[in-house]
Amino acid sequence: MLEHYLGLFLTAAFIENLALAFFLGMCSFLAVSKKVETAVGLGSAVVFVLAITVPMNNFIYNYLLRQGALEWISESLGGQDLTFLGYLAYIGTIAAMVQIVEMTLDRYFPALHASLGIFLPLIAVNCAILGASLFMVERDYTFAESVVYGLGSGVGWALAIVALASIRERMRYSDVPEGLRGLGMAFILTGLLAIGFMAFGGIQL
Amino acid sequence: MASTRETFLDPLVNNNPITLQVLGICSALAVTTKMEVALVMSVAVIAVLTLSNFFISVIRNWIPSNIRIIVQLTIIASLVIVTDQILKAYFYDVARQLTVFIGLIITNCIIMGRAEAFAMQNGPWESIVDGIGNGLGYSLILMIVGFVRELFGSGRVFGVPVLTTVSDGGWYVPNGLLVLSPGAFFIIGMLIWGLRTWKRDQTEVD
Amino acid sequence: MQRNATYVLGFAAAVCVVCAVVVSTAAVALKDLQDANLSAYREQNVLEAAGFSQPGEPLVGQELAAAVARLDASVIDLATGDIDPDIDVSTFDQRRASTDPGSSHRVDANRARVMRVPNNALVYEVRDEAGALEMVVLPIEGKGLWSTLYGFVALDADLSTVRGLTYYEQKETAGLGGEVDNPRWKALWPGRQAFDAAGGMVLQVVKGQAGPVDQAPHEVDGISGATITSRSVTYMLQFWLGDTGFGPYLDRLREEVN
Repeated sequence: MLEHYLGLFLTAAFIENLALAFFLGMCSFLAVSKKVETAVGLGSAVVFVLAITVPMNNFIYNYLLRQGALEWISESLGGQDLTFLGYLAYIGTIAAMVQIVEMTLDRYFPALHASLGIFLPLIAVNCAILGASLFMVERDYTFAESVVYGLGSGVGWALAIVALASIRERMRYSDVPEGLRGLGMAFILTGLLAIGFMAFGGIQL
Repeated sequence: MASTRETFLDPLVNNNPITLQVLGICSALAVTTKMEVALVMSVAVIAVLTLSNFFISVIRNWIPSNIRIIVQLTIIASLVIVTDQILKAYFYDVARQLTVFIGLIITNCIIMGRAEAFAMQNGPWESIVDGIGNGLGYSLILMIVGFVRELFGSGRVFGVPVLTTVSDGGWYVPNGLLVLSPGAFFIIGMLIWGLRTWKRDQTEVD
Repeated sequence: MQRNATYVLGFAAAVCVVCAVVVSTAAVALKDLQDANLSAYREQNVLEAAGFSQPGEPLVGQELAAAVARLDASVIDLATGDIDPDIDVSTFDQRRASTDPGSSHRVDANRARVMRVPNNALVYEVRDEAGALEMVVLPIEGKGLWSTLYGFVALDADLSTVRGLTYYEQKETAGLGGEVDNPRWKALWPGRQAFDAAGGMVLQVVKGQAGPVDQAPHEVDGISGATITSRSVTYMLQFWLGDTGFGPYLDRLREEVN
């Protein structure tokens, strides 16, 4: 059993890396990877939010939305299929969670909040977060699997952005053509990183 | 306050959503292997962006600031889902091509980004113009990338063979890299390089 | 701007209610039309897999009615392969049945990444006037890179030669994995052999070019740039044409044919 979860974790983090295999969350990936320090901040915020929202959305899907999910309220509601509300429910959960996390951190862990600062609200629009929830539904994960998947995919995304940020920091010592500096180079580096990650492609754990 | 003309033309080159604002990258990578698909996505984004800018701008003065993100997202998601439902019912052939992108449109940060950066501060009319302008700027990049990827990756333009490939008995050996996602990164990277060599003021200084 | 808590809560509630009502109204009001579209499209795919129509040229009017009349739909019990007389063919929804714990079961991890298999399946048989089997169209599904692919595979009366393969629902990367919908790729399938002499399911999508039917009866060209989707096509054929899927049913038909 443990093996199954470990496999799922590694698959989510490396083989099916949200950033480099599925290209999700690219906007903040490219925009916030100038410095390793900020990349670590955003990365950990993403891990945190993914680890909470994927299981929460799993709960919502299994007990509210999917066909037959409402049976726990009454037999007659068993036939209802509310999956068309899926996008709305998941994005709502994500935005709400981000805002609640922000407020909680602000109140109880001001130091951590200050270091994550502006990255928290940015996460709500990070498509990697919604993407992970949609994958969870598509692959029909159980609650426990969704916890592992949320955590694993978050760690994978965080690793990818930290990797890109470290390369970009080093790039400062290179003589990059003027027009290519910054964003242009970030695109090309991500392309190269993605080619590297393609080597994982198709490994099945 | 910028003039309507500037609001419309600025996002095309000077303040392009993809190459300067870094918005909407994911979908730019996912849908540009074929120009036809890129075109469908462009039209969809222009429509949704314009509508969401309009609605958010109309109610901007009533949105409490501490829940604005969730409100914006809810409105955008509802708009996209309703559009999808209508397409599925009345334009099934278009919808089948689009369903793939529906999720991508909701999470397309262009829409959220423009809602937050423009529609929250400006009137409905300017917001519509901004929506169309940014949508076109996005489409422009999509079509260029799509053109390069389709022409050199599979020797076609809009599905019509232009360079006859070896597998069809011609001379052109398609560049497989361009069809893969990393290929799109290189093209956009080069595009930014070209653009910034032309428009020097966009160059980043460390 | 800062507002008091009541206003914020009220506003949030109002937005939720308005959006939910709008979305639900659209969904409920348009559901019948959408379902009709989907089942019509699904039917076209069955016909296309069976070779009654060409890709991109759906049948209409009398031709459609004539082709549909040739399809003999029946609900079978997957475990035994026999027709299940207790289930009404016209209302049976296999997709729905495979999500309902009462009419499906979870299967062991498999390469097609199919999670649940329904107890019953809807198959289409085509028979000539004397009642001899001409071909059979089977529903298949499996996970690709992004999504679950749903489609049909049609087999000849020898229960090995492929008549056609179609996908009516998939959300793979447009231009890469999405090319499973490409008529040129689908045209590679007719004539290939699913089973070898020993009865093993050997048909697979290979990397690169496979060649014409007579040279490579058990192989089909891979879709360039879409390794995962190509492979998942192979896996779902293995899953559904093997004992995990329609195996018992195909065995029963083989006995009938011989």
